[in-house]
Amino acid sequence: MIAEAGLAALWLGAALALAQLVLGALALRPAQAALGRAIAPVAIVQALFVSLAFACLIAVFMRSDMSVLLVAANSHSAKPMIYKIAGTWGNHEGSMLLWVTILGLAGATIALFERKLRADTKMATLAAQAAIALGFYAFLLFASNPFARIAGVSEGQGLNPLLQDPGLAFHPPTLYAGYVGMSAAFSFAVGALLTRNVGPDFARAMRPWILGAWVLLTVGIVAGSYWAYYTLGWGGWWFWDPVENASLMPWLAATALIHSVTVLATRDGLRAWTAMLAVLAFSMSMVGTFLVRSGVLTSVHSFAVDPERGIFILALLAIYIGGALTLFALRVGTVTEGTRFDVVSREAALVANNLLLTVILVVVLAGTLWPLALEGLNGAKISVGAPYFNSAAGPLALVLMALLAAGPLLRWRSDRPGLVLRRMAPALLVAGAAFAMLVLFGGTIGVLPLLGLIVAALIGAASLAPLWKRNLARTPLFTWGMVIAHLGCAVSLAGMASDSAFTQENLAAMRPGEVQKIGPFAVIFGGLQEMPGPNYAALQGDLLVRWGSGEPFIMTPQLHQFSDPPMITNQAAIRTFWDGQLYLTIGEKEMQGRWLVRMWWKPFVTLIWLGGFMMALGGTLAMLGRVKRDLSARKAVA
Amino acid sequence: MKRRAILWLPLALVLTLLVTFWRGLLQPDDHVIASQMVGKPLPEFAAPAILPGRPGIATADFRDGKPRLLNVFASWCLPCVAEVPVLMRLKAMGVDVVGVAVHDTAPALEQFLARNGNPYSRIGSDPQSRIQLSLGSAGVPETFVVDGKGTIVYQHIGVVAERDIPNLLEKLGQRP
Repeated sequence: MIAEAGLAALWLGAALALAQLVLGALALRPAQAALGRAIAPVAIVQALFVSLAFACLIAVFMRSDMSVLLVAANSHSAKPMIYKIAGTWGNHEGSMLLWVTILGLAGATIALFERKLRADTKMATLAAQAAIALGFYAFLLFASNPFARIAGVSEGQGLNPLLQDPGLAFHPPTLYAGYVGMSAAFSFAVGALLTRNVGPDFARAMRPWILGAWVLLTVGIVAGSYWAYYTLGWGGWWFWDPVENASLMPWLAATALIHSVTVLATRDGLRAWTAMLAVLAFSMSMVGTFLVRSGVLTSVHSFAVDPERGIFILALLAIYIGGALTLFALRVGTVTEGTRFDVVSREAALVANNLLLTVILVVVLAGTLWPLALEGLNGAKISVGAPYFNSAAGPLALVLMALLAAGPLLRWRSDRPGLVLRRMAPALLVAGAAFAMLVLFGGTIGVLPLLGLIVAALIGAASLAPLWKRNLARTPLFTWGMVIAHLGCAVSLAGMASDSAFTQENLAAMRPGEVQKIGPFAVIFGGLQEMPGPNYAALQGDLLVRWGSGEPFIMTPQLHQFSDPPMITNQAAIRTFWDGQLYLTIGEKEMQGRWLVRMWWKPFVTLIWLGGFMMALGGTLAMLGRVKRDLSARKAVA
Repeated sequence: MKRRAILWLPLALVLTLLVTFWRGLLQPDDHVIASQMVGKPLPEFAAPAILPGRPGIATADFRDGKPRLLNVFASWCLPCVAEVPVLMRLKAMGVDVVGVAVHDTAPALEQFLARNGNPYSRIGSDPQSRIQLSLGSAGVPETFVVDGKGTIVYQHIGVVAERDIPNLLEKLGQRP
């Protein structure tokens, strides 16, 4: 019954989305503008129905109702409750329903709270939002019904054991919410282009959505990176895997958009470019979803591969992105040029930021898709690996970071280079000191990691400069947000550079009782024991670790052997110290009584994720600051 | 007019992308990857000796007219232990086996050879995996058949087992 109710709610939601689109299209003509008043209520009710459908799907998963095909294929009655719930969106159909649910809620939020925009732009925005939702409703109802029944099944097929991880249970919904936030920015851009209203109002309405989406994407990427770090057992934190790139590309576009929207909102410049970026950011989200879900590229992330679904997403991609870009080409000629600015000015620095981010995006996109393009052209099979991405994107990112140090210290419209240099003097001194310290005490360091550490010191000092000589209690929340986010970049960059400059590695086949050295530690292999887990068998290595002559402690890396489906995962043992992490894994095969033990000492590696979370915190503060200011402005008017 | 054309450029780029995706979907990957290095000359490298009394190996050493096996291995690689007896048998059949030790240290390697036997006439050191990567090898162990002119004839990925011997001998131009 619950499944049928869910399906009915989904159909009703789809019907309301259609109504929302038709009303929006009709109300754009002045004669029928009165129809526009119905759009907001329709958007709200649509959100209610689609949320109901999603709640029904969660309910059938919680009850382990094996008569529902999706539950039988992806869940198991013996699974812990939290993974039963997470199983709702750990599969294709459920994740698509989650997507359209968040989309509906975003539409309702715009309908309820958006007051800055001109009425016709708001209507067009909601209509665009409905058009996107309709595509996903059609996808769910015609090609991937989550509520389909199956007879005669008494037990489920389990959940991919790699996904049985508390962090990962919330990783996909976070990224999805971020993608959907990008869809709101896209809808605003389409609405503004349709009603010829690309200006500061549009930028201010769009900004909290971009910030919110960017925060969620940042958290999703940072959490995913840490998950890969501790569960894949390779000691790396970023692998340039197509699925990772699929989440990085929208993030790069969104980062550019956050900065260009500031120019549009504050100075009424970069009008066409901002609209273009909003379209690009959502395009990258869709391309990401397509790459992940269609299986068109080979990746370590194994999702159910289904070319038919790939064709469906491809069709949606063609309609939305093709449509939006056609609209852009037709309308952007009517977008008049915004306010001009000098070569040395805050605006110019933000343009440089945008150009660099876009070039990095193109580098990542080209590297990700090159194997696919080449195979299509001449059947050759290649894979593009980390060396390409690191050597092409790394230096660009460093230049971007160096500019970041100067950007916030520039004045709007026009500035004098001499004055900028004077404002940057303390930061330059800090960077010089860092350089001297590294040359004297750092040992041999590669060029890129060395530059990375120096630039990190430069940004670290420069990002605090906007607070200099300011009354901190009166500094607006969004300025704090910017400072913390930029400081987060410095922290993260320092972690990355330190990891590649100072990491020590030791691979050894060890017998019980054998001692190996890694960094400042001595590692003694105590032996192996079998440990039964809830739905896997674990093999645990007991490693006694001692730092200098200090108290020894035990670290226990594990191998998890899942029986259903058969799969082995590697659980690294990680111990965090103030100055780095000790990272130990054990290998799979026993050979003549010896086991492969991999040991890494990674100085300051935790800064990578700490910096990522600081960026997300900064984004959150900026968003709250903007919303707070809007609300108080509204009160002042009332 | 020029500005007009530029405005349509994003759309054109996206359409190209979509066509690429479309073609990718229609030709699903068969996951069989043929070696890119077969038929090509060995890349230029010079791997220094790592053990006293056991010379290193350079590209020029392969151009002496004698086909041989180039084995990419490491003392820390447990599967490599499994293939040593097979390499020893090949050596006994008159095959010249040379090794490139990846990410290895002299004491660890010494121990490895003392424990398992030494099929190698020469061993070069590749501490940073540079040579391994230039050979198009992604892991250990991998074994290349190189002819007398220094051209790669065959790439074997993974452990060399007993059953691979006839195939390797054939690629080497020796009758089993």
